[in-house]
Amino acid sequence: MAVSLRIPTALRKLAGGNESLALEADTVAQLVDALGDAHPQLAEQLVDDAGKVRRFVNLFVNDEDIRFLDDLDTELQDGDEVSIVPAIAGGH
Amino acid sequence: MTDFRSLLDRVKAEIREISVNEAHSRLGTDAVFVDVREPTETTDGHIDGARLIPRGLLELRIEDRVTRRDAPLIVYCAGGTRSAFAARTLHEMGYTDVVSMEGGFGAWKQAGHAFTVPRDLTSEQQMRYSRHLLIPEIGETGQRKLLDARVLMLGAGGLGSPSAYYLAAAGVGKIGIIDSDVVDRSNLQRQILHTDDRVGVPKVESAKQTLNALNPDVHVEAYNTRLNADNVLEIFQDYDIVVDGGDNFPTRYLVNDACVHLGLPNVTGSVFRFEGQVTVIKPGEGPCYRCLYPEPPPAEFAPSCQEAGVLGVLPGTIGLLQATEVIKLITGAGDPLVGRLLTYDALRQKFRELRIRRDPDCRMCGDNATFTGFTEYEHFCRL
Repeated sequence: MAVSLRIPTALRKLAGGNESLALEADTVAQLVDALGDAHPQLAEQLVDDAGKVRRFVNLFVNDEDIRFLDDLDTELQDGDEVSIVPAIAGGH
Repeated sequence: MTDFRSLLDRVKAEIREISVNEAHSRLGTDAVFVDVREPTETTDGHIDGARLIPRGLLELRIEDRVTRRDAPLIVYCAGGTRSAFAARTLHEMGYTDVVSMEGGFGAWKQAGHAFTVPRDLTSEQQMRYSRHLLIPEIGETGQRKLLDARVLMLGAGGLGSPSAYYLAAAGVGKIGIIDSDVVDRSNLQRQILHTDDRVGVPKVESAKQTLNALNPDVHVEAYNTRLNADNVLEIFQDYDIVVDGGDNFPTRYLVNDACVHLGLPNVTGSVFRFEGQVTVIKPGEGPCYRCLYPEPPPAEFAPSCQEAGVLGVLPGTIGLLQATEVIKLITGAGDPLVGRLLTYDALRQKFRELRIRRDPDCRMCGDNATFTGFTEYEHFCRL
């Protein structure tokens, strides 16, 4: 499936400055693997060594959090938009 | 020729009347109470939640105040006569479920049922808030709620400045501000509560000066301190709503945990460069910050302070979205941003809404959560 991954400003430097990447993947896990090949540092921000999504990052498929879908097994459809939504604290 | 008595009898035969006890049993249901007395009569009190529309303005205003023609309406006046005529008029206008309360507000009081005594707005307040008073969703009732509200701002910085400024303008009665910083020249690109001649002055003092100058109705309580596990409950317990505009993770988690513990709504916002996020955390109704992000990122995974740049107007946009949510929570107008994370990208000028849910396993608000005190995370210069 051809999907796009949206990268927030804070992480763009780990993705060659891109604000979004076009990737081929049937599940979110496959998408993270594909990302690991292209931008390993970014993939490392999203999942830990055990392959679980980190607790301070959320991944959304369209407008739903994958934790409330099938987590990394969530299936992707052509044209889906996957977003990385990290916790940000700045207010000043 | 019809005399008054026979006209009244005819009208009463055409409408339905209910007793004050029956009306009382419908409080808290979807029934809408409509008080058709004159403004001079309602100063002594009215039924809680009633729409106040004097009989003479009823036809003119009812469509603004009650949009659904099938809404159940309970109309009352002082003794039950004017409301009978009002009920017939409303029926003629197409309202299908209208009753008149027999005996009116007098009988309601006599029966010992509770009522609300409004605090009168002064003539200065009538003038100052006139643009609010013209909006049916706010009106005098909403303005009084604003004047009685107590809102605590976390930070008098980028987000806290615009938010506190507009909340003070709106007449929020008590605004508390916690901040331990002093005004620095580099703040002035976005922190609009402060001025060039106050560089070096504590931010809470500067904020108080600006807000008092804007609106003398507002009582500003300044806390020139850093929030910590020891002072958080003592400060928070005097407020109805918290607005989190903090600049670090340890404080965000402390604020979240204290708000969940006390059941206080927390209107939280954050910014980074060109991007911002806003959501309303309402304990018991939607997810808390820990449902969204169970733990803060460790230092190596958070952007460093050297990257802390922010477009000056961005916290303005996000801070005002926070202020809007605060006013909605106070007045009960509209749908609060609960269970929805609004993200804003200033460069692409795009808003997105992401659905966020309660985590049943959340250690703070989950089904089996027990409060065991506050976790204090290490402060490091990370965003």
